[in-house]
Formats: sequence, C-alpha cells, structure tokens
Amino acid sequence: MITRLFGATLLALAAQQGVVSAQTLKIGVIATLSGPQAPLGEQIRDGFQAGIDSLGGKLGGMPVELTVIDDELKPDLAVTKIRGYVEQGKVDFVIGPVFSGIIAPIVKPVTASGAFLISPNAGPSTLAGKGCSPDLFVTSYQNDQPHSVSGQFATDQGYKKVFLIAPNYQAGRDALTGFKSRFKGEVAAEDYVPLTQMDMQSEIAKIADAKPDAVYVFLPGGLGISFVKQYRAAGLEKIPVLSAFTVDESTLPAAGDAAIGFYTGANWAPNMENAASRAFVAAFEAKYKYVPATYAAQAYDTARLIDGAVKMAGGTDHAKLRVALEKAPFESVRGSFRFGANHYPIQDFYLARVAKRPDGKLQTEIQRKVLSSDADPYAVDCKMN
Amino acid sequence: MSRASRMVPIALFASLAAIPILREAGLPIGGFLPLIAGRIIIFAIAAMSLDFILGVGGLASFGHAAPLAIGAYAVAILDAAGIHDATIVIPAAMLAAGIFALVTGAIALRTSGINFLMITLAFAQMVYFAAGSLADYGGDDGYSLDARIMWAGWKLSGRGGLYAVSLVCLFAAWLLFRTLTASRFGRLLSAARQNRVRVQSMGVDVFAVQLTSMVIAAMVCAVAGVLLANEAEFVSPAYAAWGRSGSLMVMVLLGGAGSLHGAILGAALVVLFEEGLGRVTPHWPLIFGPLLVLSVLFLRRGIAGIGRGDG
Amino acid sequence: MTLFIVQALNGIQLGMLLFLIAAGLTLVFGVMKFVNLAHGVQYMIGAYLGVTFAGWAGGFWAGLLLASVVAGAFGLALDVVIYRHLYRRSELDQVLATFGIIITLNEVTRLLWGSNPLDMKMPELLSGSFQLVEGLRYPIYRIAVMAAGLAVAGGLAVVVNRTRVGMLIRAGASNGAMVEGLGVDIGRLFRIVFGMGAMLAGFAGVLAAPLVSVEPGMGDNLLILAFVVIVIGGVGSIRGAFVAACLVGLVDTLGRSLITDLSHAALSATTSARVGPAVASMLIYLVMALILAIRPTGLFPARA
Repeated sequence: MITRLFGATLLALAAQQGVVSAQTLKIGVIATLSGPQAPLGEQIRDGFQAGIDSLGGKLGGMPVELTVIDDELKPDLAVTKIRGYVEQGKVDFVIGPVFSGIIAPIVKPVTASGAFLISPNAGPSTLAGKGCSPDLFVTSYQNDQPHSVSGQFATDQGYKKVFLIAPNYQAGRDALTGFKSRFKGEVAAEDYVPLTQMDMQSEIAKIADAKPDAVYVFLPGGLGISFVKQYRAAGLEKIPVLSAFTVDESTLPAAGDAAIGFYTGANWAPNMENAASRAFVAAFEAKYKYVPATYAAQAYDTARLIDGAVKMAGGTDHAKLRVALEKAPFESVRGSFRFGANHYPIQDFYLARVAKRPDGKLQTEIQRKVLSSDADPYAVDCKMN
Repeated sequence: MSRASRMVPIALFASLAAIPILREAGLPIGGFLPLIAGRIIIFAIAAMSLDFILGVGGLASFGHAAPLAIGAYAVAILDAAGIHDATIVIPAAMLAAGIFALVTGAIALRTSGINFLMITLAFAQMVYFAAGSLADYGGDDGYSLDARIMWAGWKLSGRGGLYAVSLVCLFAAWLLFRTLTASRFGRLLSAARQNRVRVQSMGVDVFAVQLTSMVIAAMVCAVAGVLLANEAEFVSPAYAAWGRSGSLMVMVLLGGAGSLHGAILGAALVVLFEEGLGRVTPHWPLIFGPLLVLSVLFLRRGIAGIGRGDG
Repeated sequence: MTLFIVQALNGIQLGMLLFLIAAGLTLVFGVMKFVNLAHGVQYMIGAYLGVTFAGWAGGFWAGLLLASVVAGAFGLALDVVIYRHLYRRSELDQVLATFGIIITLNEVTRLLWGSNPLDMKMPELLSGSFQLVEGLRYPIYRIAVMAAGLAVAGGLAVVVNRTRVGMLIRAGASNGAMVEGLGVDIGRLFRIVFGMGAMLAGFAGVLAAPLVSVEPGMGDNLLILAFVVIVIGGVGSIRGAFVAACLVGLVDTLGRSLITDLSHAALSATTSARVGPAVASMLIYLVMALILAIRPTGLFPARA
C-alpha cells in the first residue's frame, strides 16, 4: 500500500526537487584508516567517494556533507567517535565499518540517533539474525557467505579431503564454519594461525604432509601475502587453493605473480560483465590509480543505493527512506542485488581466479557462478519490530 | 607539599565537574567534549592506579591493560547472566583483578627492571589471548552489553549518570592513593623504589609491600574497566592489547610519574590527541610522536612538573 | 617425522631472523643501558629501503647492501640527534621517547610509501627450491636466511670475544663505570655498537622482505618478540640472545602444532578448538614467564 503510494507520488516529488536540494545530506564514513588494515578502509572510503562522484557530487539530488572517521580498529574508540559525530547534529547515514569487531558496538549509538547504518563490508551473523535492526542495512554479504561459496565449489568438484587454514580469531573460526556448512567431504585439518604470524612455512609443511585434494584459506592482509609467496616457493602448485579475502586487489600488488591461479569466493570482480561495473572500474582506476577490490565496489554500491533511496523517498524522511532502502532502487555493479527481510543482500556468488591483465596488473576474474540468489541462513531468526 | 601541587588537582576536578554543567547551561562546548571528558576520567582512573605502582613504587608494569580488561570482562560475563547490580558487578570485577594481580605479581616481583616490564607484558598478553578465545562472549569480535549496570534500581542509562559516577570514582581513587602514598605503607613503597636493600634491612618485607600495592592498583584499575565497558556498552579483547598497556604508561609518564594528578593530565592529553586530533587528520601521530620525544627531552617530570622550576 | 624436521627448520629460520634483530637490541641495552623500542622500526626501514633500492639499483643484492648501510646510518643519525641525550635518563623516559619515535616513523613510512603492502622479489640465485621429502620442496632462500643468521652470529662471537672493541663491549655490559675509568672514548664505543645494531636490524628487514608482507608497522610485533628473546637470553648477552632466539623460534613453530595435537587428544573437539589456538598463541609468553620465574635475570645474564 505504502509503496504504491510512493510510486504515485514520485512524479509529484520530482517537481519539488528544488526544495529537496536546498538541504544537504549528512553522511559519515567510519573505516579503519590507520594500522596494517588501512588499505581496506581506504578502499571503502575511495569507493564511496567514487559513487558520489559518479552522480555528479550529489546523492538523490542533494549535496553531500561527508565526514570520514578513522576507527583505528579500536571498538571503544569507534563508539566515542561515532557518538560524538551523530550527536553533533542530525546525521542521515553512517557508512561503515570494515570489520565485524567494530560494527557491533556502533549499531546502537548510530540507530538511536535516528541515522541509518549501512555496512559496506562487515556482516556478522549476530546482526543478521536475532540482533537485526530496521535501521541497519548491509550491502556486502553475511560473513559466512564468501566462505560457503568455496565449500560449495569444493563439493561440486568432488574434493574428498580439504585442508583449512584461518587466523586464530572469531572471524577465522566463523570462516571455517562457513566453508564446512557446504562442504560434504573430509576436513584434513583445521589450522589456526596467530593474526600476527609473519611466516606461513609451517602451515605449508603440514599441507605437504597431509596431501589434501585442495586447500581452503582465509588469510587476510599480510598473512595471505606471506602464504601466497611461500606456497609457490614450496612447489605445491598442483594442490588448488580456494580462498576468501586472501588474494584480492588490496593484496595482489604485494603478492605478485605468485598469486596467479589462486581461487577466491566472490560476489564481484573487476572483470564483471555489466555496464555499471565497467563504468565503476574505469572511473575508479582513473582517479585512484589502483584496481578496486570488492570492498570498494560494495562502498560504491552503497553510495548509489543512498542516491536511489533518497530519490524514491523524495527526501530524508526516516520512515519513507527505510521503505525505499528496502527496495534497493539502484543498479548494482554486481548485477542482481536485493535485500532480504533482515536487510542483508540476496545475491549471486562466484568463483574467481587471479589472473594478469594485459596491462600487467593483477586482478581476480570471475570463473563461474556457484550460488544463485543466495540468502544467508540467519535471516529466519530476524524479527524486525 | 607546595601550593601549586595542591591547587592543580582541585582545578582539574573542578573543570571536569564543570563540563556537564556548562553543557546543560547551553554553553557552546559541543557534544564531543563531554564525551571525551568521560573517557578521560575513565582512563585517568586506570592511569592513576598505574602511577601508584610505577611512579610511587617504581614497578614499571607494561601489562596494566590486563586488570582493565578483567574488569570489563567481569561486566560482560555478569551481563550475560542477567546481573547488572553495581553492588555485585564492581566487587566481582575488583576481586577478579585482585586475584590476577596477586598470582602474577608474586611471580613478576622476582624480576626487576626491563625483565619486570616484559613479564608483566607476558601476563597481559595471556589475558588478551584468553579473552579472544571466550566464544560465548563474542571471541575477538567482542560482546555488546544488554544493559548498563545500575545501583539500587537507578540505571546509568543517560550520559550524565555514568559521567557523575566515573568522576566520583576518580576522586575516590585519588583520595585513596594520596592517603596511601602519605601513609607508612606508601613511604615504604617509595623508599623501596629508591633503595630496596635499606628498606629490607629495616626488617620490612619489601615483597609483601610491593605485592600489596600491585593488588590495590589492579583492583582500582578494574573499576576503570567496569566503567569503560559501560561507557562503550561493549567489551572486547582489544582492551587488553599491548598497545593499551603502552598507552596507559604514556599517560603516566607524560603527565608526570609519581604525582597522581599528573595521570589525569596525561590521560586528557592522550585522549584529546587520539580522538580530537584524530578527527582533524589521520596523520595525528606525526604531531603526537615528536611531542612525546620533546616532552622527554625537555620536561623531566612531565606536565605536572611544569612550573615547579624543573621545566 | 618429516613434518617435525620441516617445522624444526622453520623454527630455526625464524630464530635466526629474531637473532639479527635481538643482537643489536641486547648490546645496546647491555652496553648503554638504553631501552630502544624503536629498534623494530629499523627492521621496517630496512625492508622498505630494500624494496626501493632494489628497484632503483636493479636487484636484490644491491638493495640488500645499500639498505643495510643506509638503515645503519639512519639509526646512527637518530642516535646522534636524539638517543644520545637519553642514555643517562631513566628506562621509562627512554621507553616514552622511543615509543614516540616508533609512531612518528610508522606514520612517515605510510606517507612516503603508502599503506598498501609492497612486494620484494627474491634474488634469482636463491629463488629455487630443493626436494626435501617426497611432495615437499624446501626453498633455498630460507636456507640462505639461516646461513646468514649463523654467519652473523659467528662473526659477532669473534668480534665480541676476540677483539678490543669486543672486550670493551663485554666490559661495558658487566661494568660500565669501569670502562669509562679506563679512559676509553665511551661515546665512540656507543656509536659503533649502535650503528652495528641498527644495521643488523635493517639487514634482517631486507632478508625478511621477500618472505613477508612489507607494510607500515611491520616491526612492532617483531620488536615484542625480540624483547622476549633478549629477556629470556639475559640482557646484554649475545650468546643468550642466540640461544633464546632459537628457543623462541622453535617453541613458536613446533610448540603450536604440538599444543594443537595435545589438546585434540586430551579434550573434546569443541573445547580443544577453542582452547588449543589460545594456548598456542600464549605459548612463548608462558615460556618467558616460566623462565623468568625460575631465573629472574634470564638464561645467560651478562652481569654477575
């Protein structure tokens, strides 16, 4: 009923554009911009800015007042900074953060202030199920999904024995659970490494010893770079490596040619065949001089989502905006994209492979679709009120 | 005790108390200052407890984030059990941190100098990894509290309530440590820093004095942990990370070790830099880092020492 | 069994890297009583300079040589401008000032080179691997890192035990006042020790660069490990640093797999999945706490 009303009033609202654009849209981006994880935060920040730029510097026809906040990957600091920001004046949207450890503590302060929180990366299970919130939207994925893609692929390939490696922290344990949720074969070993480990050689020795059909790794940042370099040097090319967040455009420049041929679960890759994606990659690389990873793509989508929703809602009225956001009125660089009842995306997942472009730069490239219109398993527990 | 050193703490407490009042009165101090003022107070409690063992007792602990995190995790664990009564939560947190300090302190006090620095760091690292393995409390992702603690049915839900309680705690901690420092116990602790052998030859059990001071400091620091958890409504292993221990030490040394109220100044400066300057530029370490070096080179007794003729 | 051998090799190799960093740290502390937290920064600077110089000068070897020398010179410059003034200050003042240096230089590195990790190519000569056991090849480069560590350890042993400078270093570590009393130019001795330590850390950074990711702050975690090493070994002792570096390297690699297996055997699957990794991460700290509890001054204390 309400939605139909919207459709009908859309034209009328378009006439009021002059009124709407007199206001500014207040948006805060919170991301990790210092420390070793900074490259991911920078992808988010740059991707979101690229989204705004692609719309002539405005979202929904309104000028944007953008504030960028560094959470330093410290949860309590993030809470203080975000509270300070949202309490200074009416904020419309907060975009962020990169990591799941930061999103849990900032949901309450952001939504209580009357702003929407849109996560362009972190998608923990707690907030997808019982802890879901009407004012929280996630434009990336639920954290299990990029891992279950590889699990499904391993099952499809008929791998009997797979060796799993993840860092020793919550997201690492969740990652392996995600992989196992769709993998039917035998798990050779679950190896947890400290996040600060610099050297992957002993894990590689264990892989050689276990002789699995395939290896699954979730080794973000420097861990992955070390793993990729050392895996090649150990001469284990014959055992395929499936991964998530290990070989992506943020780590590929450092991992170098050793990464070619590694597989990764993905919801997007720079060679995605659609007009929106091509426009995004071209504009992004022209401005920022590096190949965007999925983090940047998700942030770009987030900007375009806000644009579509504000246009559809004809302004920044909170209730109207929420209804508009739920419709996801934008063209995603990922092709198919819609929100489930828990405000997490329902989208396709692919297997991608690292390859060298003609210009010599490395990127991930889509190989095949593994999951179609995949919804996360926690959505059933979500009761919006 | 000089006039200045009595006036400075009074001025500090007065300005901390004035911030929310000025805010209520509608003065344009912004929403941000009261927020960081709350964090300054909480970290000042933790830093002051460190100053008591480090500045007064000469026990340079590089693991003081451990009692902070233990206090915070006591809140999380009781929160999950549905217990929010401050009269249970705070003593439980203090007890847990006290036991931790008793056991680890007894071992750590066998060493001295840089070895003491490293063994206390080792114990804090163990707390850090243990907290990360508590899957029931979110593991490394941390744990969101259901509700803040309350006292006699009075909920600390608003900002003002928690701020007032924190300020009272800071004041109480300052009184406690001042009294202790001036007492026979404090004089022995301080004397043991300067000349351990001599104090021992007086027939004093230096080990017992130092261990007691570590337990007291940890218990007070646990209160800061309880407040920090309630302020953020969130608990995470990051509270025990070694960077946090380092940051507490920076607060103490920057403020002026051994002065107690210097910890408030140090906490204020560090929090203002991190969260104030961090809002202006992500490159704030370029200003903060050299400042630390300069302060060591030119301020021998920290900020609290300025104006005492030793600048 | 083969797995055990590979793990042991890896442990020794990590130990050698740690030794290169810890050697300078322990000497600087032993001789000058100077706690230099910024020593880990030298490792990072070495790695970054290595990448840059290898790019300019065409190749790993030129990069290794230039970066080690420049990193050493940079450390020496810091010593002359800043650290010199801190020698007679308390350990805590030194901690605070050098902490300031760390955060400054990490940020400077980020500004100069960006926050994305960099890639360092392995030298052609050492990039191969050899068949260690069926199905597993062991990289020659790692053997080379081990050899480099051993060579430096041997060289240091000769310098410390057989030369006049070494005699002064030993004397300085056990009784600084006595050395000054002998009329030795103590400032010159300090600069030699400091420059050598900084250069070794830089050298370690370049050696590690092809194996790990070169990123801002990469020295911070290694610094903590290096401190663990010198404290276990006994501050000021090169021999202690060498033994402790091997011990820490071995405990960290072998211990982790051992703990995981043990906890699998002793506990239920879910409990061991939680407890095992946590204990494994704590292991070197447990070992350090245990050693210090039994021998509060470390294994080979330089001072009686």
